[in-house]
Amino acid sequence: MFHALVSIKQVPDTTNIRIDPETNNLIRQGVPTILNPYDAHAVAAAVEWKRKLGGKVTVITMGPASAVTSLRECIEMGADRAILISDRKFAGADTWATSYVLSEVIKAVHAQEPVDLVFFGKQAIDGDTAQVGPGVAVRLDLPIVTYAVKIHEVDLQNRKVVIERKTESRNEVIRTSLPAALTCEKEIAEIPYASLPDLVYSLRYEPELWTTEGPITFDPSQLGLRGSPTTVFKTGTPEKHKGGEVIKTAELGVENAVKTALDKILAAEGMASLLGVAK
Amino acid sequence: MTRRFWVYIEQENGKPHQVSWELLGVARRLVQDIEDELQKSGDTAVVEGILVGHNVESVAREALHYGADTVYYVDDPAVKHYLNKPYTTVVTELVKKYQPEVMLVGATTLGRDLAGSVATSVGTGLTADTTHLAMGSPKEGEKKLLMATRPAFGGNVIATILCRNHRPQMATVRPRVFSMPERLAEPRGQIVREPIAITPDMVNAEIVEFLTDKASTVNIEYADVIVAGGRGLGNPKGFELIKQLADELGGVVGASRACVDAHWIGYEHQVGQTGKTVRPKLYIAAGISGAIQHKVGMQESDFILAINRDPNAPIFEVATLGIVGDLYEVIPALIREIRARKEAKHG
Ligand SMILES: Cc1cc2nc3c(=O)[nH]c(=O)nc-3n(C[C@H](O)[C@H](O)[C@H](O)COP(=O)(O)OP(=O)(O)OC[C@H]3O[C@@H](n4cnc5c(N)ncnc54)[C@H](O)[C@@H]3O)c2cc1C
Ligand SMILES: Nc1ncnc2c1ncn2[C@@H]1O[C@H](COP(=O)(O)O)[C@@H](O)[C@H]1O
Repeated sequence: MFHALVSIKQVPDTTNIRIDPETNNLIRQGVPTILNPYDAHAVAAAVEWKRKLGGKVTVITMGPASAVTSLRECIEMGADRAILISDRKFAGADTWATSYVLSEVIKAVHAQEPVDLVFFGKQAIDGDTAQVGPGVAVRLDLPIVTYAVKIHEVDLQNRKVVIERKTESRNEVIRTSLPAALTCEKEIAEIPYASLPDLVYSLRYEPELWTTEGPITFDPSQLGLRGSPTTVFKTGTPEKHKGGEVIKTAELGVENAVKTALDKILAAEGMASLLGVAK
Repeated sequence: MTRRFWVYIEQENGKPHQVSWELLGVARRLVQDIEDELQKSGDTAVVEGILVGHNVESVAREALHYGADTVYYVDDPAVKHYLNKPYTTVVTELVKKYQPEVMLVGATTLGRDLAGSVATSVGTGLTADTTHLAMGSPKEGEKKLLMATRPAFGGNVIATILCRNHRPQMATVRPRVFSMPERLAEPRGQIVREPIAITPDMVNAEIVEFLTDKASTVNIEYADVIVAGGRGLGNPKGFELIKQLADELGGVVGASRACVDAHWIGYEHQVGQTGKTVRPKLYIAAGISGAIQHKVGMQESDFILAINRDPNAPIFEVATLGIVGDLYEVIPALIREIRARKEAKHG
C-alpha cells in the first residue's frame, strides 16, 4: 500500500491583483483564491501513483477556514483524506514557522499510517519562496528532491524511489530511500478530469480540522508571527521608471523610423562592435 | 570582533555560477554600509566565500579574484555533485563554526534548494529572491541589520524583510540583478581548506544519471543581446521573425510569459519575475505590453528598444527608445537595414 501526503496551499490568484492607482495599496477585495497551481500538479502526481500502486492520498494545508475549498478540489482529483490546520495562533507565520507546523502534522499522520512520499509544489505563487519543502524535509530528516519533473519509479518493496529533477543546466535522475519528499514542477503530472464519484464525494466532503487545541500539541513559541525569525519591516510599490524617447512609424514612416532607431542604438558605447554593424 | 559576510560559491562540474561573483560584489558593498560602525567599534569586517566540491580549487582562486578575503573550501569526492543533504550538512557545520552575520546564496535551482535547508538546520530566517540589499538601522541608533527587499504578490508590492534575532541573516539573490564586480588582477585573499569528513550517514541519495536537456542549454541569463517577443506576435510563427532579428544581431530569443503559457515557445526563454532576470547590453521587446512582472526581469538592461503598436503600453516607461508601430512592419525593415549596413561595411 502506497501512502502519499501532499502539502497544499490556497493562494490569492496573483494574476488578478491590482494596485489602487491613488493610494498605491493592494486591492485585496474580490481577489479570488485558488489552489496553488504547482500543488495541483503535485496532487495529480500523488493520485496517479496511488492508482498505479494501490493506496491512499492524504492532503494537508495550513490556512484560513476558506482553504476548505482547495482541499475539496484535491478530493475531487482523487485524494482520500484532507486535513485543515487552522488557528488564529498560526497567523503571520513565515516559512520557518510554517514548516514547523507542517512537519509536526506530517509526523502525526505518519504515526497513524506510515507515509511513503511527501509532495510539495515547487513554490507558492504568492510568496514564491520555495522554502517550505526543504524546510520540512530538514525537520523530518527526509531526503528531498526539489524541482522534480518526473517520478520514474516507486519501489515499495525495496523502499526506493527514483525521481528526475531539473537544474539550471541539465536534468538529474536521483535515487533515494523511502520515505522521501519532493517539490514538484508542473511537468510532474497532468491535472486529471474528476470522475463523477469523486466529484460527488468531494462536494460533501468535510476535512478534519486540526487546531492548537488538538489532536496534537504544538510548541507555542514556534507559532505564527512570534515563531517567525523574519519580519516585514516595510512594504511599498516598486519605483516607477521614466521612459526615453519615442518615435512613431505613423509620423516618420517605417523606413525612417527604423533608420533613426538604429542610429541611436549604434551611438551607444560599444554597441557597434558588439552587434557587428557599422555606425 | 570580526563581522563575516558570506557568499555561497556555486559550481557545477567545476564551472562556477556567475551569480557567485555578483554576490561577492554585493557583500563588499554591505561591508561599506557598516564602515561607520566599524570605525566606532574597532571591529573588522570580511567578505568570505564557501565552496563545496571536488577538485575545484580553480573556482576558489577565482573567488579571490572577485574580492573574497577568504574562501573556505571543502574538497571531497563524495560532494563532487550537488546533493541536498551532504551539502546542507557541510555548510551548516561551517556556519556554526564561524558564525557569519550575513549569508548570501544565488537564487538558482541549486542555491534555493540549499539555502532553504541550511536556514532550517541552522535555525534562522531566510528571505528569498531579493532584488535589493543594504545594511541599515531599522531605527535610528540601532545596530545595522540586513535589509532584504523582494517583490511579493506577483511583483505588485515590494517588501523589506528583517531577521532581527537569528544569525546569519540569510538571503537568496537572483542572478543578474546585481552587476559584476571588477576582477582583481592580484588578489590578496587566502584559501582555507576545511577538513570536514563526509560520512555515509550524510549521504541519503545518489545521482544515477545526468540527462542533458537540449532546451535548457539556451542560456538567456548571460546573453549580451536579447530579442524578446510577446503576445503581440499573434501566433507562434512570429518567433521565427524574432529569431531572424536575434541571429542578425548575434543575440538570443526571449519571451513574455503570455507566450510561454500559450506554448508558443519554451519556458527557458521566459523573462520576468517567474522566468529569468536578464541585463543584456541590448534588449529588444516586440509586442510586449510591459506588465510589472515582465519589467522586473529586464529593466536593468543597458539599452531597451520597445516596439509596440499601443503608444500607452507600459513597456515605454522603461524603454531607452520606443518605436510606436506594427512589429510586422518594423522588424522586417530593421532586419533589412541591418543587412544593408553590414554589406556596406564589407563591400
Ligand atoms: C505572479 C505572476 C508572475 C508573472 N511572471 C511573469 C514573467 O516572469 N514574465 C512575464 O513576461 N510575465 C509574467 N507575468 C504575466 C504578466 O502579468 C503579463 O500577463 C504578461 O507579461 C503579458 O505578456 P505580453 O506583454 O506578451 O502580452 P500582452 O499584455 O497581451 O501584450 C501584448 C502587446 O502587444 C502589442 N501588440 C499587439 N499586436 C502588435 C503588433 N502587430 N505590433 C506591435 N505591437 C503589438 C499590444 O499593444 C500589447 O501591448 C506574471 C504574472 C503574475 C501574476
Ligand atoms: N500554509 C501552507 N500549508 C501547506 N503547505 C504549504 C503552505 N505553504 C507552503 N506550502 C507548501 O510548500 C510549497 C512551497 O511554498 P513556498 O515555500 O511558500 O513557496 C507549496 O507549493 C506547498 O506545497
